[in-house]
Amino acid sequence: MFKGIKAGLASLKAGLARTHNAIMGNVEAAFSGASREEILENLEESLILSDIGVAASSRIVDELRGQFAGKDPERLKELLRSSIYRILKEAEAPLVPTASPFVIMALGVNGVGKTTTIGKLASRYTSEGRSVLLAAGDTFRAAAIEQLELWGERVGCQVIRQAHGGDPGAIAFDAVRAAISRKSDVLILDTAGRLHTKTNLVEELKKVKRIVGRELPGAPHENLLVLDASTGQNALNQARLFNEAIGVTGIALTKLDGTAKGGIIVPIAGELKIPIRLIGVGESASDLKDFDAREFVDALI
Amino acid sequence: MLEGLSDKFRKVLKDVRGHGALSDSNIQDALKEVRLALLEADVNLVVVKDFIAAVKEKALGKEVLGSLTPGQQFTKVVHDELTRLLGGSEATLELKGRPPVIMLVGLQGSGKTTTAAKLAVHLKGRGRNPYIVPADMFRLAAVLQLKKLASEARVDCFDSEGYSKADAVCAEALRIAGIKGYDCVIVDTAGRLHIDDALMDELKTLKGILKPSEVLFVADSMTGQDAVNTAKGFDSAVGVTGVALTKFDGDARGGAALSMRMTTGKPIKFVGVGEKIDALEVFHPSRLAGRILDMGDVLTLIEKAEATLGEKEAKELQRKIKKDSFTLEDFKGQLQQIKKMGSIESILSMVPGFNAVKNAKDVKIDEKEILRVEAIINSMTMKERVDPSCLNASRRQRIAKGSGTKVSDVNKLMNQYQDMRKMMKMMRNSGGRGMKGLLNRMR
Repeated sequence: MFKGIKAGLASLKAGLARTHNAIMGNVEAAFSGASREEILENLEESLILSDIGVAASSRIVDELRGQFAGKDPERLKELLRSSIYRILKEAEAPLVPTASPFVIMALGVNGVGKTTTIGKLASRYTSEGRSVLLAAGDTFRAAAIEQLELWGERVGCQVIRQAHGGDPGAIAFDAVRAAISRKSDVLILDTAGRLHTKTNLVEELKKVKRIVGRELPGAPHENLLVLDASTGQNALNQARLFNEAIGVTGIALTKLDGTAKGGIIVPIAGELKIPIRLIGVGESASDLKDFDAREFVDALI
Repeated sequence: MLEGLSDKFRKVLKDVRGHGALSDSNIQDALKEVRLALLEADVNLVVVKDFIAAVKEKALGKEVLGSLTPGQQFTKVVHDELTRLLGGSEATLELKGRPPVIMLVGLQGSGKTTTAAKLAVHLKGRGRNPYIVPADMFRLAAVLQLKKLASEARVDCFDSEGYSKADAVCAEALRIAGIKGYDCVIVDTAGRLHIDDALMDELKTLKGILKPSEVLFVADSMTGQDAVNTAKGFDSAVGVTGVALTKFDGDARGGAALSMRMTTGKPIKFVGVGEKIDALEVFHPSRLAGRILDMGDVLTLIEKAEATLGEKEAKELQRKIKKDSFTLEDFKGQLQQIKKMGSIESILSMVPGFNAVKNAKDVKIDEKEILRVEAIINSMTMKERVDPSCLNASRRQRIAKGSGTKVSDVNKLMNQYQDMRKMMKMMRNSGGRGMKGLLNRMR
């Protein structure tokens, strides 16, 4: 068990090493600057380069400006770390099923990794001894249903489906009914990827949510927004608009194993106060991890 | 699309406009705003710095031409520089070899599979006979996804089911393409990270087998600062020939496009603009620059209309507008054409000034309105459609009943129709500067 955690930490650190290098490389370079203002300016730029965004970066640097008088790199590092940690700590909240069936609705724009995240999540819950039911609510994208079914086979859980082009609301209805009668512990509902700006598609999502809530009061218990770590400032728009329309209760940040820095979750956590549940740091099912602010910041800086 | 940027620039330029002449100080503020706007649009920081330096140099060095205000002058400099940065003129597909091969590469979830199908539709529309090859053996159901898309697009697709290795798929597909005489082959590959050496090596092997004339890097237009690294990584590993930018129909400001173009020097060739299988457009740098500055994208609109309308119908329509014989029957035909062209909103977003209008008033275009109008026209006799002046009260009542609408709806349509004819008269007389009036009427 302890070994597992250690291995997990190592892979997370490896995944974030590049981010770390990108930021700290710049922090170290920042000390070649002559004046203190130059150092701070360079620091701000290095934060911008990690997708933290202009507004949040200058807020963080302004905070440092007040606390930091000298040019001690270790001190600067410490302050930067605690500054970002404070923001992320508030958003740290793992996803724990509290009801039965616990209904999770995954949503997000196209290609962020919803179906894969669902597969990994199903694998986790199954290995914890919970019975999991999946619902193939993405009836739009070609072969999305089959993709989820293959995950179901792999993980060993049942998948509620209808034909391609079917009504996602009807599948949600069936799935919730099935989860109740089969006494499933967890129901994870896949939805078609949609841009947050497509009003009619967001309306469809609202309808799915309404149906789930009507069939099982209190559900969906989690509206999990899946975000791609390589996304830039648009992720903030995604979070904002989906949150306004659906009420996002948690975020999963995927694809953190590349060179993408995922810095966008800093302003999302700071501004929208949505809990960050999970991070994806690799292809295998065990690479979906609970978000841990300390671990994230330590790997980052 | 890039309307966030357009809005920012317009605000910035408004400030410059009031100052009389371009000076070091007033341009400084404007440049700062431009920098901020570009960074918020996810343009890479390094690229932003280069851009700002170039704009500054050009703006200060330039004489203000006769009739231009300093604001207009600055707009022109920014526009020219943006166009230059985006690649100057549009880049075409290089289709060489027997058969020519287009290979799609990129990160997971960037949209390679969808783009493969859209590209096939695009090439088919230009008289080609494409062959789709699904070589993503990794992601679950990726092969099936592309097979389904191919059959939707009515394009032949290699059956990769049963294969486990992408190199075997590519070799066999290429052999079959040679025998069956397809004149272009589109190969979808598995999404991978540019830092995954093993998978990048596989890509190199595939490239060795396929000898593609095009290696398109498929990139998500919402990508952040990292776009530079991924584009560079793929380019240095497999030698990218161009970029296809996806998911451009959202509200991403698309700064990644500028970044990738600047750092790799490779042209952006296509943009994906919707969920439908024909929602792929050729990328036009100058038009995009114009769009960033909210000068509209009338050229794309015209091209789109031409592609869906057909030359003959377009000419016929022109003749009718000229002769003032535009009937309700023609109007109905128009509505059907518009529906073929895509959502009203996507069409209107190409009209100059529309972005500002949309944001200011939060206009929601009601697609159902079109259905209603169609129903009304369908409930008319042919005589009424050709000569609507015969529509008296009882006829209007009958039409309203037949179409399930109210008489007031029928009246509204008739007013719109009359307005439209007036507009056409205006356009005939003024040679096309009637867009604003049209917009006002629509509001």
